[in-house]
Amino acid sequence: MATASVANHDVHAHDHHDHEHHDNFITKYIFTQDHKMIGKQFLVTGIFWAIIGGFLSILFRLQLGFPEMNLEWLRPLLGGWITETGALDPTFYLALVTMHGTIMVFFVLTAGLSGTFSNFLIPLQIGARDMASGFMNMLSYWFFFLSSVIMFISLFIKTGPAGGGWVVYPPLSALEQAIPGSGLGMTLWLIAMTFFIASSLLGGINYITTVINLRTKGMSFSRLPLTIWAFFLTAVIGLLSFPVLFAAALLLVFDRSFGTSFYLSDIYIGGEALPNTGGSPVLYQHLFWFLGHPEVYIVLLPALGITSEVIATNSRKPIFGYKAMIISMLGITILSFIVWAHHMFVSGMNPFLGSIFMFLTLIIAVPSAVKVFNYLTTLWRGNLIFTPAMLFSIGLVSFFISGGLTGIFLGNSAIDIQLHDTYFVVAHFHLVMGSASFFGLLAGVYHWFPKMFGRMMDARLGYVHFWLTFVGVYMVFFPMHYIGIAGFPRRYYSWTNFEFTNMYTDLNMFVSVAAIITFAAQFIFLFNFFYSMYRGRKATLNPWRSTTLEWTTPINPGHGNWPGEIPTVYRWPYDYSKPGAVEDFIPQTVPYSQTPESNLPHEQELVKLEEEIMKEESEVLVANENKH
Amino acid sequence: MYGFLIGVGVLLLLSIIWMVYRIQTLVSVVKGSDKKVASGSNKINAILFVLFLVGTGILMFWYSIKEFDNYQLPVASEHGVITDQLFWVTMAVTGVVFLITHILLFVFPYKYQYKENRKASFYPDNNKLEVIWTAVPGVVLAGLVLTGWMAWSDITAPAPENAHVVEIMGYQFAWDVRYPGKDNVLGDYDYRLITASNSHGVDFTDKNAIDDFPSPKVVIPKGEPVLFKIRARDVLHSVFAPHMRLKMDAVPGMPTRFWFVPTKTTEEMRAELNNPEFEYEIACTEICGRGHFSMKKVIEVVEPEAYQKWLAEQKSFIQQNPSLAENLPAEMKELADIQLSESKK
Repeated sequence: MATASVANHDVHAHDHHDHEHHDNFITKYIFTQDHKMIGKQFLVTGIFWAIIGGFLSILFRLQLGFPEMNLEWLRPLLGGWITETGALDPTFYLALVTMHGTIMVFFVLTAGLSGTFSNFLIPLQIGARDMASGFMNMLSYWFFFLSSVIMFISLFIKTGPAGGGWVVYPPLSALEQAIPGSGLGMTLWLIAMTFFIASSLLGGINYITTVINLRTKGMSFSRLPLTIWAFFLTAVIGLLSFPVLFAAALLLVFDRSFGTSFYLSDIYIGGEALPNTGGSPVLYQHLFWFLGHPEVYIVLLPALGITSEVIATNSRKPIFGYKAMIISMLGITILSFIVWAHHMFVSGMNPFLGSIFMFLTLIIAVPSAVKVFNYLTTLWRGNLIFTPAMLFSIGLVSFFISGGLTGIFLGNSAIDIQLHDTYFVVAHFHLVMGSASFFGLLAGVYHWFPKMFGRMMDARLGYVHFWLTFVGVYMVFFPMHYIGIAGFPRRYYSWTNFEFTNMYTDLNMFVSVAAIITFAAQFIFLFNFFYSMYRGRKATLNPWRSTTLEWTTPINPGHGNWPGEIPTVYRWPYDYSKPGAVEDFIPQTVPYSQTPESNLPHEQELVKLEEEIMKEESEVLVANENKH
Repeated sequence: MYGFLIGVGVLLLLSIIWMVYRIQTLVSVVKGSDKKVASGSNKINAILFVLFLVGTGILMFWYSIKEFDNYQLPVASEHGVITDQLFWVTMAVTGVVFLITHILLFVFPYKYQYKENRKASFYPDNNKLEVIWTAVPGVVLAGLVLTGWMAWSDITAPAPENAHVVEIMGYQFAWDVRYPGKDNVLGDYDYRLITASNSHGVDFTDKNAIDDFPSPKVVIPKGEPVLFKIRARDVLHSVFAPHMRLKMDAVPGMPTRFWFVPTKTTEEMRAELNNPEFEYEIACTEICGRGHFSMKKVIEVVEPEAYQKWLAEQKSFIQQNPSLAENLPAEMKELADIQLSESKK
């Protein structure tokens, strides 16, 4: 059985190799089926969206920080959304908030992060020629592209894009009378999200299949790098939860266009009573958050996986508690499905349900805490090299702690009564899921750029970028805790109507200035990224002296990744600074039989087994040669 | 002209940054520092982590102490005292964890920064440690959850029988308030009955509705339980009374509720804050459209005697607008007429 699959694989790879010479521009860069190029396509599209999403946030931060400012100079861009008095239109403000959320959560941190690194790294790190289905993988990107185009168009229509918050709760999102964005803008939002879900599912099925079936010889699940574990579990979460979002969206489409009453009931709006009865807006919230909460882990787990890899490599130490890390990720995966209603403590659902979800929610803090302690212990007594990727990974751990701890307040339903939908929540999720995942994305780009483009990014620009962004993010989101404790509600266009919020204009101004500086700092990254792509220093084979498989490929791997045989894996991916070893890292492809000086007692026993396997393998190779 | 000058300035700045960048790249190539495992920047980054820790730590403590009275809203309800206490206990627990983990996270980079002649310790796992740091957070969180759960159960328990009922209805973009009148029972309503003169859609064929009255603000007695019956007419809204530590969504088609006991009258709070203008406010915390940020209602907390006096002064819907009773069945019309004649006395 095993011999047969090895043989098949080789023939297949051979075919690929012949094809490669005929690649033209379109099959190489556009309708490509090479996982590495698809990963890069996701990355560049993600970067594009990150700029848009970031820019939208700057627009509404201008309104919040400088409510008196004359925004006439934005008229060439925003047209009628600037009122005659030179202020931002309140409806458009809500549209900005909505689109910022949608873009960042789905298009940047789901597609841009998972799409990029799952595609790029899974085959490279497990030792596969490509994804299980290159064609589906290509479809996955192009569905995402189509979704992006539709969402982008919705930004420019006359009634404005969707404006009901990124959660698009009905009835607001179902009724055009309630807000103009719930007209065509919302229709486009729903269509775009449908394609997005299709893209995620196509990608997810591929990631799962590839990890299960196409691991190279010796790459057992207990030898997978934590990145792959993270991508694998992320795909599982996505596969189980995105269809539920689709169901929620579908019912919303019915309510909007076909007169059903899934979410609508007893509504009097625009001077008339609507015929809908019997529906429940809370039903939508349940369905939405059944995806919405796992979604948090869909964006966070890949970032944590990347961080594990980067921290271990640059600490020159094995990741502490490899098994504990996997178990805690499994725990998070399972628990992520049974905590969703903590977003709904004061939605009017039965308070008893609130109690249950409070218990479940606070349980999920335990595996998260374990991960943090493991990261800290990995750093302890390491030999730390501060590459930009390492800096961003440490930054991620900091955000994960800061944002995670505030989750303990919000997961407690009694405390959540006051904090729900205030800036405390905004601070919480921007740190723990927004910024942390974003830092994971950046860490990944800095770390695997040499593998992607065969060149190095400039480290010093990376340092400047890191420190500006790291300090900037804290300056933006830390003050929001104070504003939140003071009770400032989210999605408010202005604070002057209420006495209890008629303060902190200085702090809001500070936050806005910090946001602008942080946003500007991202252009350092953009320059570094695109400049290094063409003019960066040439990369060496294994610039970070890492143990994982992707660094055994040529500097610019072709389609099929390894020119000859796929290497066999003999050990786990974290043999850094092993006592007795010559170098401070031993790649996964080095057999134990070659490192008698550093083998641990139980590994010494594996040597014998290893030699048997190698013998068997060479017989297969000989047999293959004879066939040709 | 200004635009042109700014353009030139930006161009100049960019080219200077470009030159500096090129020069430092070339210098590092000449020095060969790009070939080293860790260049001099390693030390700088390590130091910056410590500076960041100290700098932001000082900033955080300074601001948190200086601003305490500003962001800590005074509390004016019985359960609010408990939830505030839970908040600060959680703050203390998480604060300790926050400080310890961050000190470790930023001191380790300094202490264990790369040295060529040192080798990192090979320390792949320790099951005892894993068990400890799974169990300890587990126990601490269990404690927090249990206290939170007890508070939550009390807060969300059914309101006492004698609670004063107030109905708050959200719509784009304001709140309407209805009182049940002397019987303390709100009359039925139906959204299809809503008209310009009957914004609540009150069903006046229900005899409980006869004495219901509207109010421009929420008036409630101090020290007595108050039950907010909350509903929405068009889209989701959320009643948020920050000083009462009260929040509950208003859902079209699904009435919700929240009961509490106010502990300070508006006058007392004015004296406490030394602010004669102070009012308790209700704001909306569920995005509901263009005017989301302006849905304000004032709550006035008064002494129980003043409350009874105020109640007696209020005029019911029918007294304010007799035409509402016009199409009622004979039996109900009689009740309505009695009311109308009472108000004329």
